Amino acid sequence: MQTVFIVAILLLGFLITFQIAKASEYVAVLRGEEKAKKQTNKVNAFLLLAFLILGLIGVYYCNETLKGKILGEAASNHGKHIDTMLQITLVLTGIVFVITQVALFWFAYKYQQSDDRKAYYYPHNNKLEVIWTVIPAIALTVLVGFGIFYWFKITGDAPKDAMEVEIIGSQFKWEFRYPGHDGPGGKGVFGKKYFKNITGDNPLGQIWDDPANRDDVYVTGEPMHLVVNKPVRLVINSKDVIHDVGLVHFRMKMDAVPGTPTTMWFTPTKTSKQMAQELGKANFVYEISCDQMCGKGHTGMRGEVIVETQEQFDAWMATKQPLYDKLFVNKPAVTDSTHTPDSTAKSVTAVLLKK
Amino acid sequence: MSDTIHIHPGQVGHEVAHDDHHHGHHEQSFVTKYIFSQDHKTIGKQFLVTGIIWAIVGGLFSVLFRLQLGFPGQTFPILETVFGKWAEGGVIKAEFYYALITMHGTVLVFFVLTAGLSGTFANLLIPLQVGARDMASPFLNMLSYWFFFLASIVMISSLFLHTGPAAGGWTVYPPLSALGQASIGSRLGMDFWIVSMALFVVSALLGGLNYIATILNMRTKGMSMTRLPLTIWALFFTAVLGVLSFPVLFSGLILLLFDRNLGTSFYLSDIVVNGEILNNEGGSAILFQHLFWFLGHPEVYIILLPAMGMVSEILSVNSRKPIFGYMAMLGSLFAIAILAFLVWAHHMFVTGLNPFLGSIFVLLTLLIAVPSAIKVFNWLTTLWRGNIRLTPATLFAIGFVSLFISGGLTGIFLGNSTIDIHLHDTMFVVAHFHIVMGVASMFGMFAGIYHWFPKMFGRYLNSTLGYIHFWVTIVGAYLIFWPMHYEGLAGMPRRYLDKSSWASFSQFGDLDKMITIVSIIVFAVQLMFVFNFFYSIFKGRKVTSTNPWGANTLEWTTPINPGHGNWEGEIPEVHRWAYDYGKDGREFIPQTEPVGANESKH
Ligand code: HEM
Ligand SMILES: [Cu+2]
Ligand SMILES: [Cu+2]
Repeated sequence: MQTVFIVAILLLGFLITFQIAKASEYVAVLRGEEKAKKQTNKVNAFLLLAFLILGLIGVYYCNETLKGKILGEAASNHGKHIDTMLQITLVLTGIVFVITQVALFWFAYKYQQSDDRKAYYYPHNNKLEVIWTVIPAIALTVLVGFGIFYWFKITGDAPKDAMEVEIIGSQFKWEFRYPGHDGPGGKGVFGKKYFKNITGDNPLGQIWDDPANRDDVYVTGEPMHLVVNKPVRLVINSKDVIHDVGLVHFRMKMDAVPGTPTTMWFTPTKTSKQMAQELGKANFVYEISCDQMCGKGHTGMRGEVIVETQEQFDAWMATKQPLYDKLFVNKPAVTDSTHTPDSTAKSVTAVLLKK
Repeated sequence: MSDTIHIHPGQVGHEVAHDDHHHGHHEQSFVTKYIFSQDHKTIGKQFLVTGIIWAIVGGLFSVLFRLQLGFPGQTFPILETVFGKWAEGGVIKAEFYYALITMHGTVLVFFVLTAGLSGTFANLLIPLQVGARDMASPFLNMLSYWFFFLASIVMISSLFLHTGPAAGGWTVYPPLSALGQASIGSRLGMDFWIVSMALFVVSALLGGLNYIATILNMRTKGMSMTRLPLTIWALFFTAVLGVLSFPVLFSGLILLLFDRNLGTSFYLSDIVVNGEILNNEGGSAILFQHLFWFLGHPEVYIILLPAMGMVSEILSVNSRKPIFGYMAMLGSLFAIAILAFLVWAHHMFVTGLNPFLGSIFVLLTLLIAVPSAIKVFNWLTTLWRGNIRLTPATLFAIGFVSLFISGGLTGIFLGNSTIDIHLHDTMFVVAHFHIVMGVASMFGMFAGIYHWFPKMFGRYLNSTLGYIHFWVTIVGAYLIFWPMHYEGLAGMPRRYLDKSSWASFSQFGDLDKMITIVSIIVFAVQLMFVFNFFYSIFKGRKVTSTNPWGANTLEWTTPINPGHGNWEGEIPEVHRWAYDYGKDGREFIPQTEPVGANESKH
């Protein structure tokens, strides 16, 4: 009903506009076309000027209304660089924007057709053209310089002491893996995986023959936990289609590509609690958004991150048990005692499959 | 336009490279004249009308999904009436939403702004402005339209499939687009999409090769390359871009078709989808993105260059002033055409691309902003101290420049990979490319239509409706896309149909409502334009002089309703460039006028 009503109004409005438009054409013919043309030229020139002024006010108003809704200060080291870069670019492009738009609409207004003006024959001016080739080139070089400087910082190698977390996307959820402490210096090493090993019990397809898998902790259905001020290197994977790990508050993002692992690192600089306080939002959460179209559930492919102190993190980790232990050590149900998990990956999966 | 002037074989000049004038006169049947016509002007009109129909369809899709975005969760019973199971209970289903955005993107990028824009104006203007009786091969030219038509039919049919049309976004990234198990939009609809696009590429190649051949070989006497109007140069580079890049898309799509149907693994590796372990190993999903964007980036310039060319011409004609810096304009078109091939990976900064390679692409991407800036400055200087006639075409051309500035500047944010980490795949990108490509090129196209309508149909469009069309559209475009940047700055991902479950992105509800309402109004005004278009073809005010705008270029030396062959007698000879406006106190000097003995030089 409502739709019919709206359509009817649109139609009516349209009919009226059309009649006016047609009438104005006749009137123009009656009053003399030249005169009518001059009139519309004036009106439109004025409107161009009005559009410029109202537009610039609109830009200002839009900024005032919406700037509070973007995310506030970045919560990672890289995020700060990215925000700085954004600001530099915003200032530079803002200046260019205002100058060129003002010139455009002002010229269109100022040089509107009039009987006492003659267009100025001005086909080229090499000096001017060189100037406005060189100036943008310099400005852009500055931007490229800053940009690439930060880019290499952000995409460079993660610090040695970075913790590692694996994050795996699939339609439409995120899963995580922590590497334990089985590497040199207590740093964890991820065990190997093979996608054909994936089963309900082994959701990542870990190869149990690889001892590095023994202390890997698998986490899903709850937030990813990170430690504040400790660099973290994410190893990113997908099981089916391309997804993307988007971390808005950290200003970070990286695709999750099936078959080709990707990585990114950053240092979270504020705990979730801190963010909640600073933003005055008690229920603040860091969110993981899937930023690459991945199917019908793309919109809902949401994960969460908790950034906390080392102690809190350790306490959380202590409640976790490696998947290996869950499946083979603490699970009395494995009847065939001769079948140790040390046999080949295949036979283990076979056991798992039989159950 | 039906009472066309026929060519009399005896008068046809020797420039005619083809022989269809022997049978091209007098008793043309309706079919050869309007349907399987080989007259470039008719083919241009066919592209235009088909493009307009597609634009209505594509625009309507956007209104539908904007309804979802502006009013998530609300029911619109009429949707169920029309779309049945796709909108059960009057709520757009996720699968349907993704089908809509995919079709919207595909249709507008390829069918409207490539075929509809280049197809129309390359066909109409190239022979008329270079001084040729028709294209190099009128027959291939006709085929080009009919391949486009076939592509359209296949794409339309996909809309009615049981599993729906393709739904993986206009970029159709595999594995999503390769696996029917991953999305119902990747079932038969995706095969239709690929076949349709393959046909489309054939059409683009036939057209493009023809445009290039015509511009290089069929210029009239005196029309040296540097006397060509900038429209022709722009259409030339557009065709070159298309001819070199569409085949890459074609091959990429064929490999995708193989992966889908023949069990190959070009793009697939290590996949477990819905619990099913696939055998594919060793493929690279990223390979497709390279192939896609190797076309995809040139494609955005394929869309933009014709608009730039027409805007240059229209601004110059209506400022009554030469285009400022013709050679610089030409040089920047050339630079853009070259660089367009060297920046594709800026769409892939966060795919795991080697960071060093990424930095090279940053450099090249920002380099392309230099010729863009030159063009803007030259347009501004063209207006400066002109005597500007604000026809609807001029207004749309001015609007184009404004939008191109706005959208080009946001490109500088995205081209800088550091910032792109944050902005990639957010609404910021959506705002950027809609302003710089979508709306701006639409403005170029409208400018072209208002300006050359008298040449196409011998009648004028109603200009009051034209002014309303312009003002509502430009205000609407900015209202829709300007605030959208803020959603992107907040990190709101694109292709989300309902943000209510997100803590970080749900704060823009009112804005989304406003955008939806404005888009409906803007869409309605476009329908008004379409009405004006068809009404004026038959009922518009008649053109009474051959050169209504007082322009220099050759198309205005033809009769008001030129027949097949364009000029009745000899093709005119050209003696000067196209931009002698306001020279030596004369308002305009047509290209056909010999240079006077004491004319000043420039
Ligand atoms: C100053 C010049 C420009 C620069 C530096 C620039 C840069 C970029 C970059 C880096 C992206 C990728 C953003 C992302 O996905 O994260 C992008 C997207 C895009 N740009 Fe531009 N751009 C410029 C001008 C243009 C022009 C002139 C057009 C069209 C005529 C255009 C059309 C597009 C389109 C269609 C996309 C998005 C494609 C998609 O992901 O669906 N850009 N631009
Ligand atoms: Cu997704
Ligand atoms: Cu691009």
